[in-house]
Amino acid sequence: MTETRFPGFADPVLDAQASFRAVLEAMSRPGRVQQVVVPPELPPGLSPAAAAVLLTLVDAATPLRLAAGPEAAAWARFHCGCPLVRDGAAVVLDPTATLPDLDPGTDEEPERGATLILAVASLEEGAGWRLTGPGIRDTHRLRVRGAPAGFVADWARNRARFPRGVDAILCAGSRIAALPRTVLIEEG
Amino acid sequence: MPPSSQQTPHPAADPDGARRCWMGVLARASADEIAGCLATLPTQPAHLRLRGPETGLVMVRGRAGADGAPFNLGEMTVTRCSVRLPDGRVGHAYVAGRDGRQAELAALTDAMLLDEAARAEVEQAVIAPLAAAQAARREAEARRAAATRVQFFTMTQMR
Repeated sequence: MTETRFPGFADPVLDAQASFRAVLEAMSRPGRVQQVVVPPELPPGLSPAAAAVLLTLVDAATPLRLAAGPEAAAWARFHCGCPLVRDGAAVVLDPTATLPDLDPGTDEEPERGATLILAVASLEEGAGWRLTGPGIRDTHRLRVRGAPAGFVADWARNRARFPRGVDAILCAGSRIAALPRTVLIEEG
Repeated sequence: MPPSSQQTPHPAADPDGARRCWMGVLARASADEIAGCLATLPTQPAHLRLRGPETGLVMVRGRAGADGAPFNLGEMTVTRCSVRLPDGRVGHAYVAGRDGRQAELAALTDAMLLDEAARAEVEQAVIAPLAAAQAARREAEARRAAATRVQFFTMTQMR
């Protein structure tokens, strides 16, 4: 089924550009929280920011692994025209996915590493995780509520296989923060 | 296009045949023609654009002699649109050319025709006159072409 009752961005060109800019800012300044433009209506199972990131990044050349119900799958097929896959996905939105079992790319083509979209409960700057790495002058603090158990330990292993690895975009409401594979996360 | 593809297929053999038929009629009608017909209806539901109208290219494939190996004939400009009515029905349209208004009105009419209760009325007000006008145009063109037809058999007899 590829028919959906739910629309995409209200203004497909400008909203997608604004969201792309937000994702770019988020990726280049790890842990900084950005606002994305959200679609006027959402299929059940998708958070506003996750839906906006999918509309912005996913297209026919981006295999998507999506576990958010049939309505969301039909919506993604309709608006993004992307193949829905289980293995070898470039973008992953699946709460059961863990960092080690996603495609990290190869040493020759590290850009083929998957991007994980992770829906979390809230994102607050100024406390919580201590982030360091490229794009952060000294340290940056980001409090993430609702991250999966063992995420920080998995992240350390993900970072150790650089230049291969998985990038993550955390979504809460209409806010996003990105964790590129270079960032180091310390708890506390 | 051969005339046979514009006739309604048997509903049992092809459940989507009726929809295919009215989508074809809408795709061949101009925006003003569709708008004029829709205006004769008492009510027009408000609609939400799900996607488009957006213009792009599609590759048209052909087969030599209809059964040869498929080849890419060329690209054509197509505009598509999908709309949703307040009751949740979704209509689609793919039309040749770049007229976004035509695509949107065609998608709206498609969605209205999906309602079994209102179908007869909309078909009567929109599809029937458009189909009749298109048949008349085709007929006039065929007549003009027929006037210049050369009867080779007759010519050999005359010699």
